[in-house]
Parts: sequence; C-alpha cells; structure tokens
Amino acid sequence: MFAVMSSPTAAPLRPARPKLLHPAAKPLLFVACLLPFVWLLYAAVMNQLGANPAEALIRATGDWTLRFLCIVLAVTPLRLWTKQPALARFRRMLGLFVFFYAVLHFLAYAWLDMGFDVATIARDIPKRPFALVGFLALLLLVPLAATSFNRAIKALGASRWQALHKSVYAIVLLGLLHFFWMRAAKNNFAEVAVYAMVIAVLLGWRARNAWRARRASGG
Amino acid sequence: MHYLKDRGFTHAHAGDITPREVYEGRRVLLRNLAAGAAGVALAGWAGRDALAQVARPGKLAALPGARSAVAGALTMEKLTPYGDATSYNNFYEFGTDKSDPARAAGTLKPRPWTIAVEGEVKKPKVYDLDELLKLAPMEERIYRLRCVEGWSMVIPWVGYSLAELIKRVEPTGNAKYVEFVTLADKSQMPGLRSSVLDWPYVEGLRLDEAMHPLTLLTFGLYGEVLPNQNGAPVRTVVPWKYGFKSGKSIVKIRFVEKEPRTAWVKAASQEYGFFSNVNPAVDHPRWSQATERRIGEDGLFQKKRPTLMFNGYEAQVGQLYAGMDLKKNY
Repeated sequence: MFAVMSSPTAAPLRPARPKLLHPAAKPLLFVACLLPFVWLLYAAVMNQLGANPAEALIRATGDWTLRFLCIVLAVTPLRLWTKQPALARFRRMLGLFVFFYAVLHFLAYAWLDMGFDVATIARDIPKRPFALVGFLALLLLVPLAATSFNRAIKALGASRWQALHKSVYAIVLLGLLHFFWMRAAKNNFAEVAVYAMVIAVLLGWRARNAWRARRASGG
Repeated sequence: MHYLKDRGFTHAHAGDITPREVYEGRRVLLRNLAAGAAGVALAGWAGRDALAQVARPGKLAALPGARSAVAGALTMEKLTPYGDATSYNNFYEFGTDKSDPARAAGTLKPRPWTIAVEGEVKKPKVYDLDELLKLAPMEERIYRLRCVEGWSMVIPWVGYSLAELIKRVEPTGNAKYVEFVTLADKSQMPGLRSSVLDWPYVEGLRLDEAMHPLTLLTFGLYGEVLPNQNGAPVRTVVPWKYGFKSGKSIVKIRFVEKEPRTAWVKAASQEYGFFSNVNPAVDHPRWSQATERRIGEDGLFQKKRPTLMFNGYEAQVGQLYAGMDLKKNY
C-alpha cells in the first residue's frame, strides 16, 4: 500500500532487474500520460476538434480525469495479481495526472464556458448539483496532490497519510456521479455504465479484501 | 413645398444619392463574389444580396427557394458553415454522439416517402413527397437555431410555412395540437437499438404555434435537399424553440385535442417541457440557458453570446404566449 516508500526495497534487484525498474520506465510513463493532453492541444490548434471545440475540450479532459482515476485505482490490484511489486512506483505519478486532468477540466469549463468570470462561476456551480459534485471532487483532490511528495508523507506519518489518501474512493464515486448526472440530461448512460462497472470492480475488490481482513483479525 | 405634410422623412439632396453607375458597379462586384472566385463563405454572405440565395455547396440535388417575405424569416447574421451544420447534429436515431448522424445516416432512404396527415381534420390524406414539394412555393429562410445544449447555428433552410399544409387539410374545431411522428425503422436507423428514448420520436406544437408563418415545413438547406443527418427528406423547423422541438424525417402529422406526449417529455419532463421556447431566464436544471456558443463563429476563447428571448423572434411570436407563465410552462 505504501507506494512511494516501499519502492526502493520492494523489488528484487538481482539477478534479473524487472523492466518496470528500468530508469526509463518513469519518464516513458510520464510521456504516455501526457499524450492525451498533447493530442488535445494539437487538435485545438489545428482545428481538429469538430464544430464545437470548447465542448470537445471540456468533455475530453473530464473523460481523461475519470480514466486516470480508474488507472490509478487499478495499480494495487494489478500489482498483486501480476506479482509485480514494482508497479507501486508509478502510483504517485498516475495520481498526479488525475489531478492534472481534473484541473484542466475545471479550467476548460471556467475559461471556455464561463470566460473566467469568477462571479458567474461562483453562481453557476452551487446552482447545479452535477457541477457541485464535480467541483467537490476537485477540491478533495487538492490535499492529495499537496501531500504527494516524500516530505509530506514523512511529516504526516504513514498511517495518517494513508487515511487521507483513502478519500480517493470518495473522489472516484463523486466523479462517476458527476458524469452520470451530466449524461442523465440526455438519457444517455451507455458510457457511464462502462465506467461504473470498472469502478465497481476496483472498489469491490478492495471492499472484499477489507471484509476478509476484518474477519481474519476478528478470529 | 409647404403643401407636403411632414412625415418625418428627410428627402435626400441630389448629391447624396449614389450615382447609378457606382451602385451598378457594386452589384457586379457582389455578383462576382457570389460566383465563387472569392470563396464560398464570402459568396454566401455577399451573394445573398446579389442572387437572393446562398451559395450551394454542390453536394446534393438543388432545391432553390425564393427570398421569404415572412417577417423575421431572413436574419442577416453570418451563416454557419455547411460542414458544421451537417456534421454536428443531434439525431438520436443514428446515435447519441453529435458526430454519429453524419457518419451513420447514409442508411436512411429519403425516397420514396409519404407523410400521413390525419386526426382532427376534414381532409385527411397521405401525401407523397413529390406532392408536398409542389404544394407551395419554396422559400429560403435564414433562421437562428438554438439547441437546448447551449450552442447555436444560423442555417439557410428551404421550405414553406407549415400553415400551407394545415390549411389544405382543414383542421376541425377539436384540433388543438399538432403531433409530429418521425420515422422509426430499425433497418435504416441503427440508433433505435438503444433505448435512450421511447421510439418513435414524437414532437408536438399547439395549433396556433404550428400555424405561425415562421414554423417551416422544411425540405432543404443551403439551396439543396436536406442531407440525411439533418432530417431528410422533410422536417419541421420552429426557430423560436429549442432545436429538439423540430422533428426530423417526419412520417405522420396528427391533429389532436390533447397535448401530445412528446419523446422528451416522456423521458425527462422536469427538464424538457412541452413548450421549450428559447428563454434565457429559465435555466435547464443542469446548465444555464442565458448564453450560447455560435458554432463555427465564436472562437474557442471567446465569451459566449447572450441568448435572446424566443431566440430573437419575440416580436413575431411573443403574442402567442401572452399571459402565460413561461417559468411554469417551460
């Protein structure tokens, strides 16, 4: 569970160094995670985003936030299923990309839809439950991003840090609700259902583990 | 000239009048622009004066229409490019994504086509498309189109007032509403596999709304027959209402006594009312309707433009709703 702290010792160093520990692994992942952003930037500049580029940007950044949330939540199950402890090294970066795309999503809305008019935004968000839920999820992401570096983990202590970062479960559910509510306007749930299923598996797996652990410790 | 009553008109001095050869030269210039040398966009704009029609994109069969004389029927705003108007569509019978209809509507067969006009009318009849095309002279109408989702376009439609058809079938005294039933054929429309809406898509208008001269029975856009994704071969356009009130690919028009249960009212009545008049003061539960983004015109970082009451057609249609609480009758 202690992704960042355990990485230097968790993986066997010799004789065969897993590819995941290659020095290029992290930079490669970084570039890969940045690709959606680079593509959107390119498409916006080249006028490739269709008839309504503003809407396309707002939707795409929201989609990618939700996708990265699913990816980051998949790290631990994948790490255990594939017996690749080195996977944990990438969790922080993936988590920060969730924040990156969430901020882009908000900025796209605030800029393209609201013209950066703070008063309008402040009136708009509380009026609409679906927007409020999304905004709440973004706010909850801020302390997680702010405590992502090693010193913060040390300062907080591992258990408190871990407890704080469990709020990601609430965040992903708020994100899903935000998406569901947005699509509810047009009665269009096919895509929402896919995300809901992925998230149900990822959270259900954790709930099952927690339940088993409690039963085991209870005797 | 003391015997002439002052009517508030100041006669121009002879020297102020543009000499004949100058304004004739201007027409030549406009005609040349329209001829295409200066590009389709410029021609579309300039050509409206010179040729009384917008430039054809040359994709489908021509369907010319004369400049409409109906009040409010010809906005002078910049036209939405043909490419945007025909690639960014809501037509759920072909998928819920706005790029789906342009991609998937090729399976729609717009001919042969009939519209059954029935219900509370003295002369019910099944009209063949060819008969409808000849029923009244085609007019070109340049309307603003405001989607409930917060975007808008300016589209040169071709058709005639729905009232022309309504008059011919003679509604009885019981006819209070008009219901539009659109095609629901699984073999032509892949989107019907999804249960997003209760098919067929049904829309409706009050009889006085349907009779309003701005309500257009529409057969074309941009001087050509309707592309499939825009509702071929015949649809309605009701410019002061949100776009979804205008049914596409209509197969039946029924005159009824009770308010029709429209597809969107059935799906989410708290969000989409029967009237659905464009109204910047009544927000959708999920977003504001105070502003809109004009497709193909407003830049990415441009502020959205204010939405106008009745989409700017208040002078023409406001009296239809006199005394009505528009917040309640959204």
